[in-house]
Amino acid sequence: MDSILRVEDLHISFRARGGEVQAVRGVDFEVRKGEAIAIVGESGSGKSVTAQSIMRLLPSPPSFVKQGSITFMGRNLLELSEREMESVRGKEIGMIFQDPMTSLNPTLTIGHQITEGLIKHQGASRQAARARALELLKLVGIPNPEDRFSQYPHSFSGGMRQRAMIAIALSCNPALLIADEPTTALDVTIQAQIMRLMKDLQERFGTSIILITHDLGVVADFCDRVIVMYGGQVVETGTKWDIFRSPQHPYTRGLLRSMPRLDQPKGEPLVPIVGTPPDLLVPPQGCAFCARCDEAMGVCVDHDPELLPVGQSGQTAKCWLHHPLAKEVRHETAKR
Amino acid sequence: MKDTRANGLTKEMFRKLSFRPPAETLAGESVPVWRDVLRRLASSKLAMSGVVFLVLLAIMAIVGPLVSPHDYYTNNLDHTNEPPSSEYWFGTDSLGRDLFSRIWMGARISLTVGLAAAMIDLVIGIVYGGIMGYVGGRTDEAMNKISEILYSIPYLLVVILLLVVLEPSMWTIILALSVTGWINMSWIVRGQIMQLKNQEYVLAARSMGAGGARMLFKHLIPNTLGPIIVTLTLTVPSAIFSEAFLSFLGLGVQSPAASWGTMINDSLTSFTLYPWQMAFPAVLISLTMLAFNVFGDGLRDAFDPKLKK
Amino acid sequence: MKPQNVNSKPTAQSPGPSRKSIVPLSGQSSGQSHVRPIGGGATPLLEVERLSKFFSVGGGQTLKAVNDLSLTVGKGETLGIVGESGCGKSTAGRTIMRLYEPTSGATRFEGRNIYDMKGTELKRLRREMAMIFQDPYASLNPRFSIADIIAEPLDIHHLAGSGKERRRKVEELLERVGLRSEHASRYPHEFSGGQRQRIGIARALAADPKLIVCDEPISALDVSIQAQVVNLLQELQRSLGLTYLFIAHDLSMVKHISDRVAVMYLGKLVELAESSELYANPKHPYTQALLSAIPVPDPQVEAQKERIVLSGDLPSPVNPPSGCPFRTRCPYATEKCAAEVPAFREVSPAHWASCHYA
Repeated sequence: MDSILRVEDLHISFRARGGEVQAVRGVDFEVRKGEAIAIVGESGSGKSVTAQSIMRLLPSPPSFVKQGSITFMGRNLLELSEREMESVRGKEIGMIFQDPMTSLNPTLTIGHQITEGLIKHQGASRQAARARALELLKLVGIPNPEDRFSQYPHSFSGGMRQRAMIAIALSCNPALLIADEPTTALDVTIQAQIMRLMKDLQERFGTSIILITHDLGVVADFCDRVIVMYGGQVVETGTKWDIFRSPQHPYTRGLLRSMPRLDQPKGEPLVPIVGTPPDLLVPPQGCAFCARCDEAMGVCVDHDPELLPVGQSGQTAKCWLHHPLAKEVRHETAKR
Repeated sequence: MKDTRANGLTKEMFRKLSFRPPAETLAGESVPVWRDVLRRLASSKLAMSGVVFLVLLAIMAIVGPLVSPHDYYTNNLDHTNEPPSSEYWFGTDSLGRDLFSRIWMGARISLTVGLAAAMIDLVIGIVYGGIMGYVGGRTDEAMNKISEILYSIPYLLVVILLLVVLEPSMWTIILALSVTGWINMSWIVRGQIMQLKNQEYVLAARSMGAGGARMLFKHLIPNTLGPIIVTLTLTVPSAIFSEAFLSFLGLGVQSPAASWGTMINDSLTSFTLYPWQMAFPAVLISLTMLAFNVFGDGLRDAFDPKLKK
Repeated sequence: MKPQNVNSKPTAQSPGPSRKSIVPLSGQSSGQSHVRPIGGGATPLLEVERLSKFFSVGGGQTLKAVNDLSLTVGKGETLGIVGESGCGKSTAGRTIMRLYEPTSGATRFEGRNIYDMKGTELKRLRREMAMIFQDPYASLNPRFSIADIIAEPLDIHHLAGSGKERRRKVEELLERVGLRSEHASRYPHEFSGGQRQRIGIARALAADPKLIVCDEPISALDVSIQAQVVNLLQELQRSLGLTYLFIAHDLSMVKHISDRVAVMYLGKLVELAESSELYANPKHPYTQALLSAIPVPDPQVEAQKERIVLSGDLPSPVNPPSGCPFRTRCPYATEKCAAEVPAFREVSPAHWASCHYA
């Protein structure tokens, strides 16, 4: 499959009081055509910053890209002018945000907000745009699209607003859809509706999707490949089967272990990850997870691990445990 | 991929640590919030230059008229309209009065009015707004209506009505200010308290059985202090400007008392001939307003660094 | 801190929620059946009886945030309350804490109706019931030092005789929740979310309460931190014999921590049962949908799961549907559901649900 987006060695920092917060520290990944990938991580892992930098939505200052490139369909987005970027946003890359309450303009009708992009990017006539908007509203499962078209966001519930957001994001048939925590602000029953809708649409139109989320549960149902981020870095990548069935980074393992499962017998205590995430104002010299890791080795303290391949399926983990020397040492200890 | 062996990795380094590597501890020394605010304020050059100017202005307002060899009210018809000189540092006006003394007397009036406005804000505005916010419900509705009605009366009208009964003076202006000047503050305090009332730490205090006094003085008021102070630094310059403006119109301070507004008015007829007569008060008014505004902005940013772009 | 409030044996091991003898109160027959689902220990610590809390929302309309809620919490038990946003679970918690005055109904703590209490009795109650809040950023006064925050209950109730004793108690509490005693002089903004939540827990423990109402204590925290806080809560329950009312929307966490679970929908209780029973055998269609909607971090499970996706949105609690509140989204709704309010009844031993067809 062709790659439509390639992020290489991306470093993004924020200027803050007391120095520079290194929010993203060398992120590499690619998205292929028609693929759904998930970027999973906790707050402060850099996942949202990465997503917003693709759309060039980060305010600068205080943020700035230190190095790296974001290549979308052969063009480095970081080098485009603001005007060129405008034609990429909404037209070639759509975005859905976390908070459906604030991501729609309260002073414009839903219909206006959907047709806006169609008229601007595709030069559609008012009539054609309206017809397409009604079609989109129906597609995302909004009942009575004719009435809803001329209503304002405040008369929509949270789930409905998120559907409207999806309609806007899809209006110009983008090649890539970035969904930044699209269901975090919604209740579980509504979350299930929205995730099902996104999955249907992805299968129908072959849109590539980047799903940014902190919820591993959502990922297991939705995505093909998973990228796990921690402390501004990618710590593990793999198919969803790799990640959930044989996680190779201690952080991924810890994350899965610390979640209670419905089929777990009662009384079994949870296994938390001790400690707190690193302060990215002064990122650790070695592995970012080292201070919370049960399997930390001497090398982890002052050497930043590389993303090492594990197994045959293309799974990678940024962990020294997969270094040949670590395997040798384990082998020796086991023999003794 | 880099050759890791060349990086000096040895087998020894790959043994499991028997201890957990030290996690980062809380960075920096512990500072109470208000000290943090002061530090942020001090780090803003613009805000500090405003503070320095205001302090100098206050000092000059106190000592200026004392160090000048001439008083501010004696007419001296032998020395009218003199330019600045070693004898008359800022020159004289059309009646031969020493402008240097008059300027600092004007500063006294300006600062007094500013201070009075601040006191009115603090006393009436906070109490009224605090009651509206804390009690809420019908009391709030009624009190809010009253302040809305007061707010809708044009300020000039209040002054002119007051002048029917009172002599025009600085005190008349202060009285006029106290009719409407505090309303903005009361709305700000009301909004703040209403917002804070639903904060979880206020609920927490209630759930622990905290009484009204503890709620108000430990939890609510200290946390509204930021917006209160910021509002004050914006009320003061607008009060100062109102005084200058009213005095300029002849509705405020009357000769021989000196206000920046009356001084500008006096210089108006002959300002092409004797521009310094207007320049000194005009520049001082502008600088004072500017100083208060940059100081207020600096304070606002210091209280809430997130607001800063 | 000494576990001086423990007036019974460690009870967490034997919550005994599987009591069979449940006696609905007599004299009730209509659709609005009046029941007291009892559970927990032999003596309920907290009894909530037909509690309602309505808010007037202008235009003569009322929002029925909590509508006729009855439940009991036994000593040493954890009762979970789950539901989606707007179902009234937080309002219920706050009314039970008497942060809101109820519209009707009673909450009895050790047999005494807390809404009748005044003066010293109410103040005494404030020591015995504590609350942990959702937002670790908003629940601590930013102008207080950690010592002042944790010692606030001590200060309010004059529980620390001297400054030295106060300091000692604060340090004990800090260590108890896994923070270091030297943190006492710091300020909330210097801590991470998980650490702040620990501070909130220390504050709740300060006056030796018997009951802690936990209002979504972990939903604002990261996954890896949630487990830390839940483990801490469970450890404290074991060592101090605490009783929890645990309000949350995360069903898997509620199942993990609770002995019994109550499910709320539009201000009403729709189901209440022992937690593994509720999850294994949900009777109410809403509970079934809720459970099936939880995403499981396992692609195999997800691939095989028959997910009940509810259509539509939560109706407004200002204008709830007639009859069964869930009928507008229920896949099995019939005409009866629109006409009659289903009784909250015991559908199997110790398992209560309000559905005509359960």
